Order: sequence, then C-alpha cells, then structure tokens
Amino acid sequence: MKLGAIFILAIKSILLNKSRSFLTMLGVIIGVGSVVLLTSIGTGLQAYVTDQFASLGTNILYVVPGNPFGENGGFGGEQSMIQSTKPVLKRRFYNQVIRNNRDLIKDGAVTAVNIAEAKYAKTSKKVTLYAVTSSYETVYNSKAAKGHWFSSVEEEKAERVVMLGTKIAEDLFGQVDPINKTIQLNGQSYNVSGVLEEKGGGFGGPSFDSYVYLPLETSFKYFDTELIDSFIFEVRDKDQIKDSKLAIEKTIGKELKDDEFTVFDQTQLLSTITSILGMLTVGLGGISAISLLVGGIGIMNIMLVSVTERTREIGLRKALGATPNLILAQFLIEAALLSVIGGLIGLLIAYLGSLALQAYFPAKVTIGAVILAFGVSTVVGLVFGVAPAKKAAKLSPIEALRYE
Amino acid sequence: MLLNLKHVSKSYKIGDTVIRALDDISLAVKEKEFIAIMGPSGSGKSTFLQVASMLAEPSDGEIFLNGIEVSSYNEIQRSHLRNKQIGFIFQSFNLLARTSALENVMLPLFYAGFKTDSEHAQEKAKKMLERVGLGDRLNNTPAQLSGGQQQRVAIARALINDPTVIFADEPTGNLDSKSGEDIKKILKDLNKEGKTIIMVTHEEDVAEIAKRQIVFKDGKVLSDSGSKKS
Repeated sequence: MKLGAIFILAIKSILLNKSRSFLTMLGVIIGVGSVVLLTSIGTGLQAYVTDQFASLGTNILYVVPGNPFGENGGFGGEQSMIQSTKPVLKRRFYNQVIRNNRDLIKDGAVTAVNIAEAKYAKTSKKVTLYAVTSSYETVYNSKAAKGHWFSSVEEEKAERVVMLGTKIAEDLFGQVDPINKTIQLNGQSYNVSGVLEEKGGGFGGPSFDSYVYLPLETSFKYFDTELIDSFIFEVRDKDQIKDSKLAIEKTIGKELKDDEFTVFDQTQLLSTITSILGMLTVGLGGISAISLLVGGIGIMNIMLVSVTERTREIGLRKALGATPNLILAQFLIEAALLSVIGGLIGLLIAYLGSLALQAYFPAKVTIGAVILAFGVSTVVGLVFGVAPAKKAAKLSPIEALRYE
Repeated sequence: MLLNLKHVSKSYKIGDTVIRALDDISLAVKEKEFIAIMGPSGSGKSTFLQVASMLAEPSDGEIFLNGIEVSSYNEIQRSHLRNKQIGFIFQSFNLLARTSALENVMLPLFYAGFKTDSEHAQEKAKKMLERVGLGDRLNNTPAQLSGGQQQRVAIARALINDPTVIFADEPTGNLDSKSGEDIKKILKDLNKEGKTIIMVTHEEDVAEIAKRQIVFKDGKVLSDSGSKKS
C-alpha cells in the first residue's frame, strides 16, 4: 500500500505533538548543526590557506642553481653554496622556457641579488639590491603605491632607475616624497621611479619592503655580474604545475646538467598544510558526529515511549486491518522524518552560523557537508527507528487493545 | 452458515500454568443473527470474541467464514480479513484522540487502500455518521463528544467497510443508561437491516435485544437459546 498515505500519517502524528517532536529533533538539530558548522570552518580554513598561498603564488615555480634541497632533502650542502656563486643560470634559458611553453607558462621573472650602499642626501644605508625583470610586477603582484614600475624598455636599455620598498624609502627619504629624486648606489646616480606597496614581513624571511629593485640589465651592466639567483615562472593553471615543472626541466636540461639547477614549487608545503587541516576538519566533524549519535538515541528513546504510549492506537489499527508491515512503516517513517526535519533545521542553523562567522572567519558550507548531514540524519532516523517500529509491529492486537 | 466454529479451543500459558479459556467450542452463526454472549468473568466470552473475530488464533479447531476455512490464515491474511469482513465495537470506543469523527470513521477505509482525502471516502464516512445520527459532528474530536456519541462514531467506523459480521464487546459498558439505550436501539436497527451481530455483554437488559443468547462458563457453552429452539 501507498507509502504516501503512511507518510501523511507520520507527518500528522509529528504535528499532533509539536513540542515533543521538536525536543526529540533537538539532538539531531545540534548534531547536524555542529557537524556542518565545524566542517564548514575546517574547509573554509583550508580554502583560506590555499588562497593565502595562491597570493604568494601556488602556481609559481622557482628555478635556482644547484640543488638547495641537498641529496637527502633539507637545505644546504657545500656543493650548492659553490654552485650558487657560479653564473650557471643564463637569461637566454629563461627566454627559451617562456618561448617554448606558452601553453603552460603565463609569465615569469628573473631575479638577481646584490648588496650596495644606498645614499640620499646625508642618509646612507647598506641595502639589498633586487635586480628583476619588469614582469616581476605582475608575477609577484607587487604594485607601485606611488610612481610607476620601470618598463620593459627601460629594463632592456639598462636605464638607471629603481623602485623602492616602503621601508627603505622611509629610511632614506623620511617625510620627503622620493619619486623622481636621485639616490646613489655605490656612488652612481639612480632615479627613483616608484615606491612599492607594503608587502609585510616574511616571517623572518626576506623583507621585500627593504629591498631596492632595479632592472636586471642595469644590474648586469653597472654591477659587473652575470649572476642570476632565480627564475620565477607563473604557471597558467595550478593543476599543470607538474607538467610545467617537467617542461622547464626539459628546456633548461638541454643547456645544463641535472645537478646544476633545481626546479621547485610550493605544492609540497601546501599539500602538507591542507592535509593537516583536512584531518582537523575530519576530527572536529567526528567529535560533533558523536552528538548526532546521541541525537539518534534520543529519537529512539522517544519513539519507544511513543510506541508504549500509543499501544492502544496500534492495537486498534491492527484490529481494523493494519498489517504489521504498515505499522512498521508508520513508525519507521515517523522516526526518519523527525530526524530529517531535525537535520534540515540543523543545516539551516549551521548555514546562518557560517554566514555570521564569515565576518571574522572564512567559514564555507560545502555541498558535500550538506549531503552528508542529510544522509546521516536519514540513516540515524532509520537505524534508531527500527527498534521502536519493530516493537510496534510485533504488538498483539488483543494485548494492545487491553493495555491501560 | 455464515460463521462456523468447529471444536475450537484456546489456551494461554501464564507462567507454568496453562489456562484453557475456550474448551472445545462448536458454534454456528447464521446470517442476520443477533447473538448475545453472556457469562461471568473468566468464562471465556471475551476469548471467544477474539478468536471468532480473527484477532486471536485458536489453539485448536477450525473456523469457517462464509464456508471458507480461515483459522489457518497468517497474520497478514487475518489483517485483511478483519479489515473487510469484521466490524469492531469496543467497550472503551477506541477512537483516535485529537482526530475528527470523520477521520476516525475513515480509518478502516485507509487500510482497505482508499485514499482518505478522496471525495468518495469522505462521502462514505459522512453517510455512516449520518446514519448513527452524527451528521452535524463530523469534525468534532472524541474529546468534544459525549460517551454515547463516541460509541456511535465507533459504530459508524465498524460499518464503513460493510462487514460480514459485527463484533461488539460490552458496547454499553462505559455508558450511562440513556446513552446505552441509544446504542441498543442502533444495534437493533442494524440487525433489522440485515447485519449479523455478535455481542458480548453481562447486562441482562442489553442481552435481551439479541435474538439468541449464549451463556459461557469455564470455557464451555453453558446454554444456547438458539440451539433449544432449533
């Protein structure tokens, strides 16, 4: 017979006892609500971290001379120290990579580091010179706060222009506007064409804000060095990072031996962090799943009470022609409905909660969490509804009718 | 023969003792009969009602309904049989609480596979309630009805699937004498219209409305006014 009719019967029975139905659902509401909310915080956090990495460049590949990771992983090794002082990386390798892999690689930059004495008026300071190609601006998303980046033309012509990090600009110029002023680098005059936006400290790493940026060719010409520290390549698609790495290795491999250079990326680090966060999410979800279990037990408890309370009703229904299966279906559907409705309310609360959290925290309710919550609450209702429903179906009509 | 019980026994086990509630009962019920079953408590009259109405299985013997052997039916078959062929009237009415008179009457229709929101089902239930004089109380819940009215709703419910036999268990037992009279009149009228009724009662005046009185004692038939006549 008509499950639909039994469905309506179950809904009516839930509505007849509104407050009790709500209290029964409460366990599932809290369970589903906390599972969804906590996993949404977890996945939100993962997305946030990935975003942060992306802003640093998850899609960025680095090429450095030698093997900075050493044979057994980890940094260092005399060999790499020696390698890094030799000008093994050549500008033309970079050009070849860009030219041969336009489908994989969007852009790139070349960097070289030098030390120089910077001087403006009476202030002088030992600074790190960061010689870059003009594409550095877009690849590193490093915009000019004041003035403008030197152009590719200025770079190729080896013009004597510099960009200043915010900190070095302040150190050298104080309150004075540095744009179009001239500073001395190792005694030679350079025109300040812009000041960069503040990047913030790099957790004890290099502070991009205290660098002086100058065109690569200018550095080659006036600092008497051909040494290149690294190539940076921006890959078009994060998923193609492995392919790109191989392509770069292949292109440069034609010119250099395998141990003379290394191509690496941040995916290793990123995947470690995301797997930790993933475990955290699963753990938090698991802990809150316990409350879902408790909610299920609550439903079973109330349904058992309900069966006892409605013994006479069950007896009557059986006397009037209800088969045991119909009674079973009625109570099972009632339990499942309680659980599913509770699950939906919990989901709504979790969704509102994640919206409220978004102001402070990157929470994200995923489709997966929704499906999981819905599925689990249905299963909880069915599993914990079985015992009471079976009890109801087994009742003898005579004893049930006689029950006081 | 409408209902025929042949050598029917029913035993219960309570702890280690076996109680023989029905002891080799043979009884034949003709169509349109109105039978009152009487006897002291523990005489087996209620057990007889349960077994004869297919609520309980006999431990022994055979039951024929309309010539068909039904005592060996399984639980599902008996459910369907009760739904279509048996009408029940209980001492304590057994209406669903917080459910309208109309919906209470439709309950057997629901288990017969009718859609209870169909006009046909509602019309049928309405007619039954009009027949017992409750045409103006369709939407009242049991709490809004007097005892007599509740029992009339129960009678309408018993009639809705047009059963072969109506079983009534102390139908006036929970009613005041005025309401009791109303119920007696309705049962009498139903019998006149051709319904077969088997009623358990311990009240002499109620038993008098039946045409045949059977007295039980210790699980056996002590006297049967029908068998004396025939």
